[in-house]
Amino acid sequence: MDGLAHQVIAGIATGGIYASVALALVMIYQATHHVNFAQGEMATLSTFIAWSMVQAGMPYWVAFFGTVVVSFVIGVLVERILLRPVQNAPVLTHVGVFIGLLLIVGNLTGWVFGYTTKVFPTPFSSEKPIMGGLVSAHELGSTAVTLVVLTLVFLFFRYTSLGLAMRAAAYNPRSARLVGVRVGWMLALGWGLAAAIGAVAGMMVAPVVFLDPTMMLGILLYAFAGALLGGIDNPSGAVIGGFAVGVLENLAGAYVVGTELKLTVALAIIIGVLVVRPSGLFGRVVTSRV
Amino acid sequence: MSENLVLPLSTASARPATSAWQRLAFVLAGVALAVLPLFLLESFHLFQLTMAVIMALAVLGLNIVSGYNGQISLGHGAFFAVGAYVTAILMSHLDWSFWATLAPSAAICGLVGYGVGFPALRLGGLYLALTTFSLAVAVPQILKHKAIEDWTGGVQGLFITKPEPPTWLPLAITADQWMYLVTVGIAAACFLLAWNLIRGRIGRALMATRDHPTAAEAMGMDTATLKTRAFATSAMITGIAGSLSAVAVEFVAPDSFTFGVSITLFVGMVVGGVASILGSLFGGLFVLFVPNIAEAISKAAPGVIYGIILIAFLFILPDGFAGLLRRIAAKLRGR
Repeated sequence: MDGLAHQVIAGIATGGIYASVALALVMIYQATHHVNFAQGEMATLSTFIAWSMVQAGMPYWVAFFGTVVVSFVIGVLVERILLRPVQNAPVLTHVGVFIGLLLIVGNLTGWVFGYTTKVFPTPFSSEKPIMGGLVSAHELGSTAVTLVVLTLVFLFFRYTSLGLAMRAAAYNPRSARLVGVRVGWMLALGWGLAAAIGAVAGMMVAPVVFLDPTMMLGILLYAFAGALLGGIDNPSGAVIGGFAVGVLENLAGAYVVGTELKLTVALAIIIGVLVVRPSGLFGRVVTSRV
Repeated sequence: MSENLVLPLSTASARPATSAWQRLAFVLAGVALAVLPLFLLESFHLFQLTMAVIMALAVLGLNIVSGYNGQISLGHGAFFAVGAYVTAILMSHLDWSFWATLAPSAAICGLVGYGVGFPALRLGGLYLALTTFSLAVAVPQILKHKAIEDWTGGVQGLFITKPEPPTWLPLAITADQWMYLVTVGIAAACFLLAWNLIRGRIGRALMATRDHPTAAEAMGMDTATLKTRAFATSAMITGIAGSLSAVAVEFVAPDSFTFGVSITLFVGMVVGGVASILGSLFGGLFVLFVPNIAEAISKAAPGVIYGIILIAFLFILPDGFAGLLRRIAAKLRGR
């Protein structure tokens, strides 16, 4: 029974990471109806930036917030430089640009920082076991950080005028434009926020999976699964989906398929959701008239 | 489907008529161009050219479903892997000859393609890209799994040998040269089949489904059947390319079929020319030779250069290299 409880708690901890990445994906999807295939690679780059800051002798939390700011700027720049020129192009072009971005960011990270696996520090450590050894300090800490981020994002969108403007720009760009919202910049801000959330997720997961240029590929897959499970157009759904997928993955890995097929579990969830309920658990069912 | 409903579309693809002599000249020139490397290149470069033709064939498969039918697949490496493994397993476990494995390989890949294409019907373009992306990422893990290790050889993979050149040939040729001829022959046959498919009624239906699904359906086209069959055909062609690659390399292992293969095919399609048969050939040459050149700079360089070229093509030349040639040709003719 302890084993099961531990698997569930560990699942919630990783689920928090998936939830963050899923939220980043959904933010971009909501605003532009595109899925950013390079989200994982961008988060890995951010984590490497944080790693270099820590290596340079900065205190962890300075490096943490520094990375969040840098990632935000990178996200905004990517939107302005790469996505803006093709915003009215067909889907194939967008997918192509995302794949190009994935290739460039992923390989540049490997080129600059090397392919050897690195140990990433965690700010959470504790001498004595927490909750009778059921949960590690890092699991508890990273779940807390994830929840704080998710709460902040929620408060931002719900209670600030900038958040309202961003929601308006995503929901109905034309009307938003007419009432004076600068839709283009709202999209860029959305990209920046997504990159920053991804960076936090990367920094929280790196101590667990160790840091290397391909670290996020599997995580991105789970985030896709989480986002689809919760409904890809619903941010809170995506968060719940991310947590659910984390628990599901851990239980399946421990009791059903073993660790070698973990990615296949994500694939199965994705196909299962798309076949059985394409709008996800909490998504809107879109019907269109032709 | 009534014939006169389809007729207006066919005028759009009418080409200037070529005489039988011109056609014969083209075919002969093509054959000469294909055979020439046999005498000019040494074995390593011939092997590379063989691989380039194989990649071109795989890109052709992707082009049928993504280029002509508009269903974006980021997971064609999976079909490539299935084709390679079917051939390798049949050859190493059951001692089949390479030729005998082609039909089962095509059939199994077609079935798998149908299986992926079926849920794809319910998904818009983006969801399909996402599903196939996940498929591509998961493939090496599935191939390594213990349950099928007896067949797939697990992480170690399987070793097979190239087909020996037949004894009835007038000239004595090496196994590498024979492999090249076999590859070119099979690829040429597939390109011809694809060409005929695209030029005809089905090709027009595929493009109509891509460009305006509602209108296509209103014209009486069964878009669901078209889409799943396009997926199956596409998977079949890419699978045959996979079979060829297994014997050309004489080895299959899970780590040769990572997510990178699918991305390579996608890059090849965009750079060569989306929805262009000839473009697939350029795509194959590109994905084989450009990384070789780039690798001289750094291990990571091919990826970075791929990415930059991919984005540059999408921005500047969205119809790829084939589109560039077409434009130049149009200019020359206009003068």
